[in-house]
Amino acid sequence: MINIFEVNETNQMIEQENLDVRTITLGVSLLDCIDSDLEKMRERVYEKIVDKAKNLVSVGREIEMEYGIPIVNKRISVTPIALIGGNACKSPEDFVSLAKVLDEAVKAVQVNFIGGYSALVSKGMTPAEEYLIRSIPQALAETDRVCSSVNVGSTKTGINMDAVKLMGEVILDTAQKTKDRDSCGCTKLVVFCNAPDDNPFMAGAFHGVTEADSIINVGVSGPGVVKRALENAHGVDFETLCETIKRTAFKVTRVGQLVAQEASRRLGVPFGILDLSLAPTPAVGDSVADILREIGLEHPGAPGTTAALALLNDQVKKGGVMASSAVGGLSGAFIPVSEDQGMIDAVDAGALTLEKLEAMTCVCSVGLDMVAIPGDTPASAISGMIADEAAIGMINQKTTAVRVIPVIGKGVGETVEFGGLLGHGPIMPVNGFSCEEFVERGGRIPAPIHSFKN
Amino acid sequence: MKKTIITVVGQDKVGIIAKVCTYLSNNQINILDISQTIVQGYFNMMMITDTSKSSKDMGVLSQELAGLGEEIGMVIRCQNEDIFTKMHRI
Repeated sequence: MINIFEVNETNQMIEQENLDVRTITLGVSLLDCIDSDLEKMRERVYEKIVDKAKNLVSVGREIEMEYGIPIVNKRISVTPIALIGGNACKSPEDFVSLAKVLDEAVKAVQVNFIGGYSALVSKGMTPAEEYLIRSIPQALAETDRVCSSVNVGSTKTGINMDAVKLMGEVILDTAQKTKDRDSCGCTKLVVFCNAPDDNPFMAGAFHGVTEADSIINVGVSGPGVVKRALENAHGVDFETLCETIKRTAFKVTRVGQLVAQEASRRLGVPFGILDLSLAPTPAVGDSVADILREIGLEHPGAPGTTAALALLNDQVKKGGVMASSAVGGLSGAFIPVSEDQGMIDAVDAGALTLEKLEAMTCVCSVGLDMVAIPGDTPASAISGMIADEAAIGMINQKTTAVRVIPVIGKGVGETVEFGGLLGHGPIMPVNGFSCEEFVERGGRIPAPIHSFKN
Repeated sequence: MKKTIITVVGQDKVGIIAKVCTYLSNNQINILDISQTIVQGYFNMMMITDTSKSSKDMGVLSQELAGLGEEIGMVIRCQNEDIFTKMHRI
């Protein structure tokens, strides 16, 4: 039988160490909503989302109440809109009207974000996909809860450099269109390489075409719990350190698995995957950077950071995999800058640069995430950053992403405030040398060879 | 049987267990096991209970127990046992 110490340990994780279930994300396929008539399709999309998600928030609350574990977000991901809008949308404006219907549907069911305003263009773009991409700035400026992602490369297909070039311009335009709100439109836009079909985390969630009609994906969190466990592990060797992280990750993930199964049963929707990511928030003590400090770094960015992050990421996966029946999504440590107080402090202290962050993305999930850069950064430089991240993902057969926010009207040394889970942060300098000729070439970087790994 | 873990934490005083047990008894909740410690004057109790005969669902029970806790100056939590067994047992 369970004992008082175990009960206290669990409750301490929840109350003092910010253990929570970060998101229950309901994936909904919109493939059966396709129509050549835009109005009809808008109606079908609205009806399907509202029908499938009508109990999502109430079931989430029930589970919170019964198990005493906070479930921070309830979200929805849908089939990439570029795939379903091809027949009905003849211009970027037509796609914007679909974004608006997603926004309305998600507000009707009181869910805080919907992901899937997306295009998968890792090899080439159809006209519809190009319309969607060109519509992103307006769509994000005129909606509140719609998140957008574009997959521009993969290990199997190489990198679509035409899309990379276009995305540099789209990010800058999105920043312009939301400049009155610190360019916050860009916080809802991710550019991926090797995007997973079942990611529950925003802004990059979408419901891939390989998925069932609807599924439940769950993202757990718990950087605070890992940090607390490591506070008692100073001076121990790496084997013991790794064992501590693994055990903690196991416990955290088991809670996620329980919530996922319960949500799946109560909603009558099959369980998809559990995402093992350590996702920080701006709250004190809920920081991946703090874990790196506990491992022995003065600040993230110091020599040794990449190794520390690599071991952290690997141990989280090893502990988590055993705790869940199906793992997927991004599953690793997130290193968003503005959402993690420890990362913000590291940037302020001058320890962490964009270049070091890029190195860190080679060994953890996602990539350059929630990085505020000067508003006068040229589109070609943003495209260059996307190309660099996509290359890391392509060569290393992992997911990488770029979510940078060129803050219009602000420069290095100033700070930006997005609010809530998106946090705040300093604007980081970007290497000022030009890559314009490189980006202007157009075409595709071919897929890499899978042998001779050196 | 539906096992529910009730925890009571706070400054030690007279009548804590009496108040909690009266509530449980009034709501047809059977106590299967009690453990209790006092650390630096702080009362810390865990009860394993069976709530299957109670007419109230878990949401109502945990809200009412939290309310009772506020009345007597304690923090009372009521959680499905699964969250603990899943985390601590393979």
